[in-house]
Amino acid sequence: MTLEEKVKQIVVDSLHAEASQVTPEASFVNDLGADSLDQAELMMNIEDAFKQYVGDNIPEEDAAKFETVGSVIEFLKSKGVPETL
Amino acid sequence: MKTALVTGSARGIGRAICEEFARSGVAGRIVACDVQKEWCEETVAALRAIPGVEAEAVAMDVSSEESVVAGVAEAAKLFGSLDIVVNNAGITRDGLLARMTADQWDAVLGVNLRGAFLVSREAAKIMIRARSGSIVNIASVVGLMGNAGQANYSASKGGLVALTKTTARELGGRGIRVNAVAPGFINSKMTEDLPDAVKQQMLSIVPLKKFGEVSDVAKAVAFLASDAASYVTGQVLSVNGGMLMP
Repeated sequence: MTLEEKVKQIVVDSLHAEASQVTPEASFVNDLGADSLDQAELMMNIEDAFKQYVGDNIPEEDAAKFETVGSVIEFLKSKGVPETL
Repeated sequence: MKTALVTGSARGIGRAICEEFARSGVAGRIVACDVQKEWCEETVAALRAIPGVEAEAVAMDVSSEESVVAGVAEAAKLFGSLDIVVNNAGITRDGLLARMTADQWDAVLGVNLRGAFLVSREAAKIMIRARSGSIVNIASVVGLMGNAGQANYSASKGGLVALTKTTARELGGRGIRVNAVAPGFINSKMTEDLPDAVKQQMLSIVPLKKFGEVSDVAKAVAFLASDAASYVTGQVLSVNGGMLMP
């Protein structure tokens, strides 16, 4: 599984989004209809899945920048997560 | 069958809440928490004596973030779910404002308010994913009306009321209800040490002319925690004999 596929899967599960809508450009709020709690849940699930790279808590200043699916993927790459898991 | 976690459940109101949950069927699986696991032995034994009830003790010092994170995780793992949380752990370090030390203030706020925040935060992470849950905070009548000699305690309990309302607003969208019970003068270890003169004075302002029992508080908590209160959130239920009618 690739990093992108894994993140998409987490987004689908966390936001109950349609898989076809979850593209790297998709905005959590504008395209996927996420509210603030959805985004908090998404962060918790990202933390759980990538604990060894991001630790238990992604800092709020990083999380605040996550507007699109792609921004999360880029963040995880910057933390050393390989593109193929 | 629902799983409930109760902090400060070694004795008094906390223990009564555990027993009421078990007897009434509000929760059949109970995690009794206190600073030391051993303190909950009697509570757990009493719970296990009730047919069909499972109970475990978990060590949790609510003033320690590390202890709360570990304790809530352990509790959730024990029974595989966490449906009800009661923030009951509380202490007093009374003194007049002019004589109160910062340590007295910090100790009380650290357990009563910060502790409830930490436990609520950890529980919320589980309940948000489950899309259901019920949290009950044990506030106090003095958090609503103030009490000379308890600047720290009354501030912590007033803070709990505000925490209750804010948490109820944040988590309502996930089907999680958050309420508080504000006991008045209840016969328990916390109040038995008060001077008789103080007790008599308090009794004089209680319309029901008696002190409450821990079971009176426990029954109110059980109601709010249960599905019987499924449309009740962000509320403070006073159990005070009419001493204050907010």
